[in-house]
Amino acid sequence: MKEFFIGKLTLDALPHEMHTIGGSASIVLMLISIIAFVTYKKRWTWLWKDWLTTVDPKKIGIMYFIAGGIMLIRGGIDAIMIWSQQALAGSGNGYLNAQHFQEIFTAHGNIMVFFVAMALIFGFVNYIVPLQIGARDLASPFMNTLGFWLYVAGAVMINMFFVLGGEYAATGWLAVAPLSGKEFSPGVGMDYWIWSLQISGIGTTLGGINFIMTILRMRAKGMSLMKMPPFTWGSLCSMVMVVSVFPLLTMTIFLLFFDRYLGTHFFTTDGGGNPMMYTNLIWMWGHPEVYIIMLPSFGIFTEVVSTFSRKPVAFYKSNIIAMIGISTISLLVWLHHFYTMGADAKVNSAFGVATMFISIPTSALVISWIATMYKGRISFKTPMLWLMGFIAIFGLGGISGVLLAIPPVDFQLHNSLFLVAHFHSNAIGGVLFGIFAGLAYWFPKIAGFRLNERIGRYAVWSWIIGFFVAFTPLYILGLMGATRRLDTYEASTGWQPFYIVAFVGGLIIMLGVALQLVQIIASIMQRKRLVDRTGDPWDARTLEWSMTSPPPAYNFATIPEATERDPFWKMKQDGLQKLLYEDIHMPKNTASGIYISLFAFLVGFGFVWEIVWLVVLSMIGIVAVFIAKGFNEDSEYTIPASEVAALEAVSAREMRDTKKYAPENEEDMGLIEFVKTAPRWLFGLMRNK
Amino acid sequence: MANNKNRQQRSIAPILLLLALLVLGLILAFMMNGMDVALLNPKGLVANEQSKLLVISTLIILGFGLPVIFTLYYFAWKYREGNQKSAFAPNTQNSKLFLAFAWGGPLATVILLATLMIPATHDLAPQKSIQSTEKQLTIQVVALSWKWLFIYPEQNVASVNFAQIPVDTPVRFELTADEAPMSAFWIPHLGGMLYAMTGHINPLNLVAQTAGDYPGSSAELNGDGFAGMKFTARASSREDFDAWVATTKQSDVSLNNAEYKKLLEPSHDNKAAFYTNLNPDLYGDIISKYNGGHKHSDEHEGHGSY
Repeated sequence: MKEFFIGKLTLDALPHEMHTIGGSASIVLMLISIIAFVTYKKRWTWLWKDWLTTVDPKKIGIMYFIAGGIMLIRGGIDAIMIWSQQALAGSGNGYLNAQHFQEIFTAHGNIMVFFVAMALIFGFVNYIVPLQIGARDLASPFMNTLGFWLYVAGAVMINMFFVLGGEYAATGWLAVAPLSGKEFSPGVGMDYWIWSLQISGIGTTLGGINFIMTILRMRAKGMSLMKMPPFTWGSLCSMVMVVSVFPLLTMTIFLLFFDRYLGTHFFTTDGGGNPMMYTNLIWMWGHPEVYIIMLPSFGIFTEVVSTFSRKPVAFYKSNIIAMIGISTISLLVWLHHFYTMGADAKVNSAFGVATMFISIPTSALVISWIATMYKGRISFKTPMLWLMGFIAIFGLGGISGVLLAIPPVDFQLHNSLFLVAHFHSNAIGGVLFGIFAGLAYWFPKIAGFRLNERIGRYAVWSWIIGFFVAFTPLYILGLMGATRRLDTYEASTGWQPFYIVAFVGGLIIMLGVALQLVQIIASIMQRKRLVDRTGDPWDARTLEWSMTSPPPAYNFATIPEATERDPFWKMKQDGLQKLLYEDIHMPKNTASGIYISLFAFLVGFGFVWEIVWLVVLSMIGIVAVFIAKGFNEDSEYTIPASEVAALEAVSAREMRDTKKYAPENEEDMGLIEFVKTAPRWLFGLMRNK
Repeated sequence: MANNKNRQQRSIAPILLLLALLVLGLILAFMMNGMDVALLNPKGLVANEQSKLLVISTLIILGFGLPVIFTLYYFAWKYREGNQKSAFAPNTQNSKLFLAFAWGGPLATVILLATLMIPATHDLAPQKSIQSTEKQLTIQVVALSWKWLFIYPEQNVASVNFAQIPVDTPVRFELTADEAPMSAFWIPHLGGMLYAMTGHINPLNLVAQTAGDYPGSSAELNGDGFAGMKFTARASSREDFDAWVATTKQSDVSLNNAEYKKLLEPSHDNKAAFYTNLNPDLYGDIISKYNGGHKHSDEHEGHGSY
């Protein structure tokens, strides 16, 4: 009877170890302080109506940034724990046991890929793509909020083990079979992995479909595909790949779930199961996934180079074809992740050649950036500095990547720390630096004021130096024969000094993260000085800079026409057109996405603990919300033309006024000034409620 | 005024960065002094070829990659805002020649690499037997939770977490696993790794050229005892190898079914152990356990499945 009500849940599931107690305590404290703060400020209605139920892609984008930022810190703590364990483990056994260490690097990988990179990429795609293509909203605003809340449900699920269960998967981020089967991983940690990825993965697929529709169907008049901004192109490539491969991930995880719950034999060692099939399927998704998070970054860099060199993108078509080429070829190379499984030399060399081919469009992309810089006037604002760091680190990652594509070389480097250093070069240099560049570039559009350049530069230098200090030793360790994921190693190997240097590098990277937080706070403190008066602080070229910062809810008072590749640049050259306002139809907020995601979370939770009634009821709940949503036809509201005109007039006046009181002769504050003024500012903030 | 100050900072920072990286390089070079970099210090035929391929390919890639990266930084420096001497031509038409290089350069590099890579992949395929005047030695390797069992069928001896092999003699490791997740068998000094999986015989051919003790491990995460799943591969002269076999034969532990059951129990950080009097069907039974009673599984000999 008890089992019917609470399944496998017992008192043992409650936190009783240091890290789970600490984790639960911080989760509870965070919740309490958020609730207390919102109640104190009487902001519940505002929070619910203006943010949580919103369908505005700009606000959803911001929520993605906040969630992704929090998860970045969560995954960063994991990284520091991994580094410090390995730095200590050369003498003695460190402070983590094998199981706990393995859980940490598994969670680190899952969080960084699914809940940081994907979230930040989706944040940009949400915020920027509609602005770049001249759209007021998305093809399906509801699907977008649903996708976001499914992502949140997945992010909560991956942290649930702190509160209930006390263990996470200890299998590595892809949970390869048969290690992830019931035989070798009987605990609920593996089930949390399954449902966290499953729920957020479905959200990603929905987002992919939505953005493909939006980009293909909702562009401004005149914007043909070959006039789309590079970031929109990168996003389109990325989203097409999402739709191509995420269903594969969903099915693979379902098969693993069937193995674990129903006793089927898809990936088991016995009963005719084939664990190698799991490796195949998961990498058929896993390799494209790498490029899903990288292509939007490539697009960001292309725009950054063009804007800050004050030149249109050189070899635009070649650049776009390169991105399409990268995304196509990346679907055909997954086997290079397991040359060492014992495939025939013919198979291995075929995939080796395919893998090397990716370097051709990638080089073409880099060369298009070089050509864009040629005879330009390059202004080294922080986005450009991120690019400078990106080139060195991504170059290293690319070179090591081509080496790993060569099967006989890979036989020696696979699963070594060389491999770990390689993909971190690409993930940090390629993906994260691109995101940071994008953040510095578009922040003024999002917030209405630009970021502090001075502290921003310190953050860039810390990240670059930190990266090399942290990962060069790992390349060397890999060449010495050190495998990845070791919780202990013998002192006689002599590896410890290298691990210690890597740990120091990790600390420098953490310093970079701290500086980024300081940068954001300092920018808020100085926001009047940093205010973006024109909506176009960088003298940029694409449509997202044509309206005020931050943009109005309807994005464009009148939908612009794009006759050229850099439409806004053209407008600036030609002078402003006369504006005629019209009624604007906008989608209404909806809470259905939240409800469905809540039920989806409960389905997953019910499965983890085998609580059948909860699963059944929640599934009924999902269907019910969908049906109710389907009957609701009152999903739009209209902003009359007169109101649009009034709003536009107000923002035009504000723009003029800010010119008056924004001080001209002040500098971006430095660290010393920040330390001096921040406490007073913070105190003032508290007092003024 | 303010602008001047900023510009000055900008020009110093990259130099400081380069200095920091130089210092890092020096520190790491100092630390590497006297260390054994296994992949660049091969002790076997296969590892030697793999090492050579690693170095040559690196040079080829750098030959293309370095000039490209250098050009990018050079342009970034040359066309910087502060440099009034450089040309500014925002509407410049980029030459088609450059575009041809953008695609042709990497294509040529990839073709060059592929002409090296494809024959090497076939020559160094783990399944391929190594030609030698010496008779090949077969060692059956079983990945267990979490230790390596080495069975010498011809010598009728077995060992755990220790393998002795004669130098200059081709060795065929026949990898499989029993009641353990996928593991990867790796002796960096002797050559690349291969997975050990239940129900499969994955052959890995290696040959040691220099006598010595070489560390081996499981390179693929396979559970709690993963980090401790290490072994020593000792390459010795033929005489020493024969002597080792003779000594091991005097071991008082015979590897019968009862003893093997003990080995199947998961255990951590196992010490080397030696056995004699093998159950001759042991390895066949381990394979057939996962194949519905068929002793010879699909061997990975030159067919396309994986």
